[in-house]
Amino acid sequence: MIIFASCIILFLIGLYAIVTKRNLIKIAIGFAFIEYAVNLLFALIGFKHGALAPIITQVNTPHNFVDPIPQALVLTAIVIALGTTALMLTVILRIYNRYKTFDIAEIKKLKG
Amino acid sequence: MSFIPLFFALPLITAFLIPILGKIFKPLIWIVSTLVSFVLFIISLYGIAVTQEIPMVVYKMGNWPPPLGIVMAFDSFSAVTVFVISIISFTSCLFSYRFLSRYTGQWKFYTLLMLVIAGMMGISITGDLFNMFVFLEIAAIASYALVAFGIDAKELEAAFKYMVMGEIGGLTFLLSIALLYAKTSTLNLADISYSLQVVGHTPFFWMILGMMLFAFSIKAGLVPFHSWVPDAYPAAPAPISSLLAGICTKVFGIYTMARIIFNVFGLTRAHDPMFFNILIGMGLLSIAFAGLTALNQTDYKRLLAFSSISQVGYILIGFGIGNFYGIVGAIFYILAHGFAKGLLFLTSGSVVYATSTSDLKKLAGLGERMPTTAWSFRFGGLSLVGIPPLVGFFAKLFIILGAIKAGFLWLAVLAILLSILTLAYLLKIENSVFMKKRKSDTKRAPFTMRIGMVFLVVLIVIIGIGFQPVMDFIVGPAAHALLRGVEYANLVFSHVLVNF
Repeated sequence: MIIFASCIILFLIGLYAIVTKRNLIKIAIGFAFIEYAVNLLFALIGFKHGALAPIITQVNTPHNFVDPIPQALVLTAIVIALGTTALMLTVILRIYNRYKTFDIAEIKKLKG
Repeated sequence: MSFIPLFFALPLITAFLIPILGKIFKPLIWIVSTLVSFVLFIISLYGIAVTQEIPMVVYKMGNWPPPLGIVMAFDSFSAVTVFVISIISFTSCLFSYRFLSRYTGQWKFYTLLMLVIAGMMGISITGDLFNMFVFLEIAAIASYALVAFGIDAKELEAAFKYMVMGEIGGLTFLLSIALLYAKTSTLNLADISYSLQVVGHTPFFWMILGMMLFAFSIKAGLVPFHSWVPDAYPAAPAPISSLLAGICTKVFGIYTMARIIFNVFGLTRAHDPMFFNILIGMGLLSIAFAGLTALNQTDYKRLLAFSSISQVGYILIGFGIGNFYGIVGAIFYILAHGFAKGLLFLTSGSVVYATSTSDLKKLAGLGERMPTTAWSFRFGGLSLVGIPPLVGFFAKLFIILGAIKAGFLWLAVLAILLSILTLAYLLKIENSVFMKKRKSDTKRAPFTMRIGMVFLVVLIVIIGIGFQPVMDFIVGPAAHALLRGVEYANLVFSHVLVNF
């Protein structure tokens, strides 16, 4: 249970970084934290103590496997996270070219 | 072969064909994407016809049966969403042809547009929770890129804000999927519904629901989490604002929320009045706050963006009322607001195309020079306010009827009073853009742009006048599909073998 709670804490650390940090790159790092937290949680959900990798070699062997679905989900989630991180860093670089700063407080051409 | 995979496969294939087609002959990009969205429109009409006879069409991906494989579950509610998506994307494509002439890299635009369409189609027909997340991210990532399409300082800033908010929403949704999987060990919506009936409404269940509500409120741009909307819509090119405001927020936030609340979690007003009251409260907050803020805006598109936030609140109220009429009203509102706000953003695009500005103080007297744009704006605006023969009237009528039937007389009165706000801020645009004396000579809107706008005007009028058949064949069955609640799961499992 503690290990699950620590995933949520990691998630909250990422959220804290996104909300309070003023540097755009640090915000992107905050997202990386959140993505890792969720992926770790998925992997832990499928984990069982002393179980084998989910590869079936013989049909009749009594099997004690870990749940393979979360592992497949994590793979998909990693690919999506890669896409968003790449796009986010591209936008951040473009913003840097336009504004010459990474400070979010100085990027305010739009009034909120 | 089933028609269901076509909904997302067709735009997805087109998206990756477009770069090749652009190398052969440039106008082919536009022709193919418009044609594909029109074909999707035809297929969605066929889908509506099919759902009249079979309440649930199930398509098994790779022929794996439901709890193991991913299924596509197409019912009347999906049919409505798919119908609106195809129409708005068709008009956006039509409109883009001349509007994009001042941008470079047009094939990137159409590729991303097709990806957004594919993602939205996928969300509305999928029967699997993780699949829903994947389609949500496909559509969301493509829309972040589309908002930044102008790559100017303002567009980039808006896109970054949208991306930060959208990703917080998306990742919270993923976290809630993880927690739900830990509890139920399945990802199939129907199967989740079965195991939640066994588990019951524990505090853990409410925590997951709260996280999902948070995620979808961000995606739908409801009031405490709306800050990305008024930046992203004005920054995006007009056809994309039309698509985002017209249908994206509704599919990303409202459709998913309604599907999960009613069909998967099986909540009903009778059992959980507290939760439905929260929905009504959030809706009222959105309508009042965004409506009042819209009154102060001096930018055409920014004003319309605040108006969208406010109108989405009505949809939420409809679902919050939770009886048949309320839900019919909400689904009618998805239709009505999709067409009306799509149309209004197209008129803003036409104004920007002609004058290169969207500042209300600089615009004046365009009404006589651009009659099609002006009259389209008036029809769209009147439908949004709720003037009788137009479709927006029936949407509001059913929500108010639902509120009265549920015993919320104050809510009915409040909904009518708050629609005066809508009239007020739309009159502000009418007054400063289309009335007054003309300052300088402007271009007229090109033919393809006018066709797109007229198409939506015709739909608004026709669906308004012929609301009875639309109610009987499209919206009514969709409301029944939601009110069916957890019966959804039985339908999915019993219709697996019905081939279509």
